[in-house]
Amino acid sequence: MHKRVTFDNRWLPYLLVAPQIAVTVVFFLWPAGQALQQSVYRVTNVFTGAARFVWFDNFEHLFNDSLYWDSVQVTFVFSAAVTVLSMAAALFLAVMADRVVKGASLYKTLLVWPYAVAPAVAGVLWLFLFQPAVGIISYELAQMGQPFNFRVDGTQAMLLVILAAAWKQVSYNFLFFLAGLQAIPKSLIEAAAIDGAGPAKRFWTIVFPLLSPTTFFLLVVNIVYAFFDTFSIIHAVTAGGPAGATNMLVYKVYNDGFIGLDLGGSAAQSVVLMAIVVTLTVVQFRFIERRVHY
Amino acid sequence: MAAGTAYTPPAHGDRPARPAKRRTRATPAGMVENRRRSALMAHGVLILGLLIVAFPLYVTFVASTHELREITNAPMSLIPGDRMIDVYSRALLRGSANLTSATPVWFMMWNSLVMAMLIAVGKIVISILSAFAIVYFRFPGRMVFFWMIFITLMLPVEVRILPTYEVVANLGMLDSYAGLAVPLIASATATFLFRQLFMTLPDELTEAARMDGAGPMRFFVDFVLPLSRTNIAALFVILFIYGWNQYLWPLLITDNLETVVVGIYRMLNVGDDNADWPVIMATVVLAMVPPVLVVLVMQRQFVKGLVETEK
Repeated sequence: MHKRVTFDNRWLPYLLVAPQIAVTVVFFLWPAGQALQQSVYRVTNVFTGAARFVWFDNFEHLFNDSLYWDSVQVTFVFSAAVTVLSMAAALFLAVMADRVVKGASLYKTLLVWPYAVAPAVAGVLWLFLFQPAVGIISYELAQMGQPFNFRVDGTQAMLLVILAAAWKQVSYNFLFFLAGLQAIPKSLIEAAAIDGAGPAKRFWTIVFPLLSPTTFFLLVVNIVYAFFDTFSIIHAVTAGGPAGATNMLVYKVYNDGFIGLDLGGSAAQSVVLMAIVVTLTVVQFRFIERRVHY
Repeated sequence: MAAGTAYTPPAHGDRPARPAKRRTRATPAGMVENRRRSALMAHGVLILGLLIVAFPLYVTFVASTHELREITNAPMSLIPGDRMIDVYSRALLRGSANLTSATPVWFMMWNSLVMAMLIAVGKIVISILSAFAIVYFRFPGRMVFFWMIFITLMLPVEVRILPTYEVVANLGMLDSYAGLAVPLIASATATFLFRQLFMTLPDELTEAARMDGAGPMRFFVDFVLPLSRTNIAALFVILFIYGWNQYLWPLLITDNLETVVVGIYRMLNVGDDNADWPVIMATVVLAMVPPVLVVLVMQRQFVKGLVETEK
């Protein structure tokens, strides 16, 4: 992890790492420590901020709260749907783009831009299409006898945020799948064709297995995205509603902490979420480490 | 160093032959025969995909060229209207009509730009410096620092939001550019990327520089910085977009300095019946222009950077 040839200087390296370390300690480690601490305290007086050490009471409360488990379920449904939908669409488009000889880079350019769109903005784009009063898709649906109102129907609200979140992520997945596909030696596929394997068989027995490192990497990235980066979609489009139908874990942390002012409960949720991120990060690194030896 | 090895960028030499060669290569007869038809089908699918992806953007753009009356009188016409200049100048100069204290969108865009630039440049500067220290020096505590930076990967702002807010409030940084940018500029990813890049620079280079009497900072400026140029460009695109698109953080800590993404939320939050749709949609389009432009203009560096940074 270090060079054979290095420089000697007693204080310079500390000076160089100082800004990064200062920001890390003040804005990352200290607040994370605070969250850990608050998660085992309960505020006894909201005016003075006095708190009492309550062991794991906050966690016990959390895990006995049916609203929390509803939120867990919502998060899993949402994350699974966003991941599957955006990855399947991206893989399909990438396979097509890898097949065309002319224009692959043009398609890449035309598909790459949603990556740059903020999740909140993506949410607003789709909200406008499905807005109950003015949205053109909700209007068409109503004409066809299928009224769409995500302000009152929980399932429809869920569908809307899934669509918006998946839409934004397709371009990212597409770029990685296309890079992965272009790295597969064409001779392998041609050899299989000579042996009489049709396109579908070639895809499932050669291309898809060779893509598995990319697929697995994207799986982790997409789950992280769906868990954390989609906060703004939820906040801007549904605010967790109606009746908690889209109340994701990250949204609940914010809502219970900032709006509900339940410090201990919110901190306990933060700690659970941190545990989830740590797990996902470890999984990701384990896997990447393995693929280096390919 | 377990996690470190993860960031080996793929060597550039071992890229396979580009698919452009396919047509001239001898291939089984069946494949050649099918190729034209399958390419045609692929084009069809791709164009359909493009249209679906672009549809929400198109509708948004059309809405930003109509009067409010045309939009509320559903269904809205899908042909662009003639009010574009009027709507955009209203948005840029005045903001949404239905907010008691409307912020003009040009000011929101300025705030977003300042925040995005501070975050992108700040992250690159502090990351390249700390990576340089960790790779080119041996000093007590080096690994501790490395792991401290690594841990930031696992602490997205969403999960430590309340205590971070308290820290920033205690430092008196609410509603300031510093408060917008500084808490977000630690970057494990950028540090790893630079570390990985520095590990590939030959030791002979350092030796030669040292023999010529160059100190570490001279070496950094004359060799390391120029050799990092392409990586810096790629990172800049990714981080600029990251900064521009921030939502939760500016939402919480800004009042007067609202960014454009947050501004859209505040315009929408007046309730569906009061929403000034043309101005909101114009703001949505304006909010997308800078990051999308950055991605399209720097597409080559960006795609390469993205695929190599995160693998």
